[in-house]
Amino acid sequence: MYNGGKIILGLIIFLALAAFPFYSNLGGSAKKAMPSLDTPVIQQLAVKECVKPGEYMKREHMKVLDQWRDEVVREGKREKILVGGREFEKSLQNGCMACHSNKEQFCAECHGYAGVKPYCWDCHLSGEGGQI
Amino acid sequence: MGMLFSLFMVAALIVVAYAGVAVVNMQNLFGVVIPYAAIAIFLAGVILKVLKWSRSPVPFHIPTTCGQQKSLPWIKHSSTDNPQTTGGVIMRMALEIFLFRSLFRNIKSEVTDGRATYGSDKLLWLGGLAFHLTFFTVLIRHLRFFAEPVPAMINTIDALDGFMQIGVPHLLMSGVILVAAAAYLLWRRVGISQVKYISLAADYFPLFLIISIGLTGIIMRYFAKVDIVSVKKMTMGLVSLNPVVLSGVGSIFYIHMFLISVLLIYFPFSKLMHMGGVFLSPTRNLSNNSREKRHVNPWDYPVKVHTYEQYEDEFREKMKEAGIPVEKE
Repeated sequence: MYNGGKIILGLIIFLALAAFPFYSNLGGSAKKAMPSLDTPVIQQLAVKECVKPGEYMKREHMKVLDQWRDEVVREGKREKILVGGREFEKSLQNGCMACHSNKEQFCAECHGYAGVKPYCWDCHLSGEGGQI
Repeated sequence: MGMLFSLFMVAALIVVAYAGVAVVNMQNLFGVVIPYAAIAIFLAGVILKVLKWSRSPVPFHIPTTCGQQKSLPWIKHSSTDNPQTTGGVIMRMALEIFLFRSLFRNIKSEVTDGRATYGSDKLLWLGGLAFHLTFFTVLIRHLRFFAEPVPAMINTIDALDGFMQIGVPHLLMSGVILVAAAAYLLWRRVGISQVKYISLAADYFPLFLIISIGLTGIIMRYFAKVDIVSVKKMTMGLVSLNPVVLSGVGSIFYIHMFLISVLLIYFPFSKLMHMGGVFLSPTRNLSNNSREKRHVNPWDYPVKVHTYEQYEDEFREKMKEAGIPVEKE
């Protein structure tokens, strides 16, 4: 082998980088992100129903929020949404968070897990139940 | 021919992954077995290939000289393009690896008005650099699926990558630039007749493969969304050696993962090994000091010599008989 020292050093660096996900997770417990639906308002609901089915909301909630933002802020369409006899306000704080008042256990649970940093809270207040 | 073959190969791979997951339900094979095999083949393949290279000597001192050699004190020395010292070589290699210095010299020759003209052609450099840097960014960004909690640095890169805040989920520029640059590199091979002439299936295949990987990733993020939390549980399961297969993760995820597995398997046996090869290029990693230090060919072996004195000792009598003059009586 020629230049063995340098080549082996290079290979060790390569292995250290390429195998990083494996050794950095050795013995780590498989944490599971479980958004909590346990809030006082949701507890009292007879029919636990969101504006869209859960599976849809899991994937597309950001689209719903984006669409609401455009409709309310830019087009002035503030009419409420009627789902299963319940009225929902097109609003993050007064709509979504009226029920999902547990931002840390609901929103942040998956966002933190998946490394997603939505910029909702750059402007919106995140107090319990949308209160300041 | 090579182009169509590669296109069909990549299309077939996509069909195989889709059918394997959506039709015959082999999630375990595509989500666990093949990714593990791919990682093993990639790591072992790269290491074995580099070790094989390390057994080849560099017979001659052959750095390419791209600037003024170290000379008299009043002649300006180009220390990175014609390095004299190890420090210069390190600078040269850094420029080569991070900024593709040698590709920056790319020229094109054309015949204009019946005369050959030569001009600078930076597009290949720009496209290649954009492709490699964004691919690296995308790779680093994916660490969010392989670390829990996600390191703050990864979140920062994600925020910088998406700082234009276009749409939701926010558009990550690196992904778009990656696919666009790869598409340009593909177009070069198709649209420029001289480049097309020298392009083989081995050139088209990785391009189609990487473009498909990029597109499936983009589709998965913006259009046919997958359950990202389940995806991360699967990827975390893989890297913590506790693999799980979760239902409800779309086929597109398995296609993405299968194409990446194919890329990893293909890597050590293809031109993609330039990742390791760039470090072992004697035209770049040697210092141009052959006037100061003698480079001994490692291939040299002790040569048996038979000097004239020995020759004369051996044949002196016969030479005298034949009347040939000898130096020693």
